[in-house]
Amino acid sequence: MSALAIRNVRKSFGAVDILKGIDLSIDAGGFLILVGPSGCGKSTLLNMIAGLDVPTSGSIHLGERDITHLASKDRDIAMVFQSYALYPNMTVAGNIAFALEMRKVPKAQREATVQRVAALLQISHLLDRKPGALSGGQRQRVAMGRALARDPKLFLFDEPLSNLDAKLRVEMRAEIKLLHQRTRTTTVYVTHDQVEAMTLGDRIAVMKDGLVLQYGTPDDIYSRPATRFVAEFIGSPAMNLLDAHRADAHLGDAGLLAHGTKLPITSAQRQAVQAANGQDVAYGLRPEDLAFADDGLPGLLTMIEPTGPETYVKVDTAVGLLTARVPGNVRHSVGQAVCLAWAAEKAHLFDAASGLRLA
Amino acid sequence: MNAPKVTAARRPPPQGEATRLGAARRLVVSRLLQRAALWAVLLMFAAWFLTPLYVMLVTSLKDMAQVRDGSLLSLPTAPGFDAWAKAWSSACTGIECGGLKPFFINSALLAVPAVLISTAIGALNGYVLSKWKFRGSEWMFALMLFGVFMPMQVVLLPMSQILGWLGLASSLYGLILVHVVAGIPSTTLFFRNYYIGLPDELIKAAMLDGANFWQIFLRIVLPLSTPILVVTLIWQFTNIWNDFLYGVVFSGADSKPITVGLNNLANTSSSVKEYNVDMAAALIAALPTLFVYIVAGKYFVRGLTAGAVKG
Repeated sequence: MSALAIRNVRKSFGAVDILKGIDLSIDAGGFLILVGPSGCGKSTLLNMIAGLDVPTSGSIHLGERDITHLASKDRDIAMVFQSYALYPNMTVAGNIAFALEMRKVPKAQREATVQRVAALLQISHLLDRKPGALSGGQRQRVAMGRALARDPKLFLFDEPLSNLDAKLRVEMRAEIKLLHQRTRTTTVYVTHDQVEAMTLGDRIAVMKDGLVLQYGTPDDIYSRPATRFVAEFIGSPAMNLLDAHRADAHLGDAGLLAHGTKLPITSAQRQAVQAANGQDVAYGLRPEDLAFADDGLPGLLTMIEPTGPETYVKVDTAVGLLTARVPGNVRHSVGQAVCLAWAAEKAHLFDAASGLRLA
Repeated sequence: MNAPKVTAARRPPPQGEATRLGAARRLVVSRLLQRAALWAVLLMFAAWFLTPLYVMLVTSLKDMAQVRDGSLLSLPTAPGFDAWAKAWSSACTGIECGGLKPFFINSALLAVPAVLISTAIGALNGYVLSKWKFRGSEWMFALMLFGVFMPMQVVLLPMSQILGWLGLASSLYGLILVHVVAGIPSTTLFFRNYYIGLPDELIKAAMLDGANFWQIFLRIVLPLSTPILVVTLIWQFTNIWNDFLYGVVFSGADSKPITVGLNNLANTSSSVKEYNVDMAAALIAALPTLFVYIVAGKYFVRGLTAGAVKG
């Protein structure tokens, strides 16, 4: 029994289709991430789960209940907004207690809840302040406290970390994860940040143009991206993608050529390419699967970006500019000739026309 | 006006210590001159606008003997409030000689409810038109805007017809209704434009927190409305208190507002034209709006310039 099920949800504004049939479901206690570029419909979908928007067709179920047309206030859902949306006229305590007050929870119980939540989020000392007197990170905590106070069936997060600076973002990310591990409330989390998606979610739905391109665990999505778009979107630095074509005509076998260079493939990959219709294939390599070697694809080092534990290098080769991610520091210098090598089974193959994964 | 001087000061500094000191001194002098010119202009304008008020005030404190002397700007030799007392309670306005007092009371009885009701309706309209949009709400707003620009004279005849049907003609209630209806377009415009700047997410958050339409309005939106409330209250009070046209057209014998009273007082001809009483009466009629500006003027300016609510 899934805690939240979204069945064939569509949304159109006039002739424009925002969502083109979304099917997703998540088990109780799960953490679902909706990730995609802006305009992919992820926020619209979240608003529909929250009851702030109504689908054109399809249905949304929370537990056993069909909530598609239920008013927001009757859904037992709490949401953390990107702008936090704290009530500026109320104190932090007032903000946290507001939902309880609206639900006619007795005063003593409300105060106890405020204290409990404030202690959980370490904001007890801020309870009497107004939101205007808080820093970004503190506001973020209050927004989460407001959602936590009610102990809702479902948590919704709409890009909650995008207004924070990089350091705070990492901290709050860890805190959200910890909080989820502790409360085990089913959560839907919208982000355009693929690192947040990978680190927080136990299920990720990658969306684009109103469609879910791939729905799976973070590991599935990273190691077996279903489409070329998913492959490029998830992972940083992005996957290298080489434009290749089948070379059976003059090589005698179904090898892959990119700018005249033969690319290594396994026999399974060869079969998949042969089974496909298209001539053109996108050949993808994750930067961490590339390594310097004595023998391999030659190229010129054009850029070195040390990050400390690892270094990103850009190598200009005959098949194009490749980014590699190598451990530690590199002894090479820019302009030096190097060779890159990789294992054929690490390659991701996509049909160039449809973008779908071949192998 | 002062732009050329600033550019002169920004010229590259000349060589040498002595010339540099000279340049610094010139800069100070030019700054002082700028200041002086600015003050002179401001003081001139202040005097220009305050002189009529001054003349009114001193004339109202003089007796008729001194008024007849004709020196408009001189201070009263024996200042007294006789003219004020007469204007308030015994000056003749037509055939009745009860001063402005009954008119003042009428205006107060009329302005307070009219201001409060039109502001309340405007706030509610603004809330709906900005945060609870429905099919056609933009159209409705556009039509209301039309009401803001509609000349008052256009509604005189249809309004008197309607007041007649409602049985409110020539009564204070009728006048209140007219002012409420006439005020709604501008109060709606004020509140709608202010509420547009309130983040929609506040409303969404409150909806998810379980608040309904009225709870959101009373607990979230209204407490954030202080600046625009003050602006609207002042605006409406000034308009309604100072209105003459509706007051003269729709009032009955015992529901005339202060502006009509003032007009009648000044136009009632007797053997002598009592300028001191006229001036005192005009000041009495103007005092409430003056008072409102002095008390709430700070909020007025702040409200007009305030942006969206932070937080």
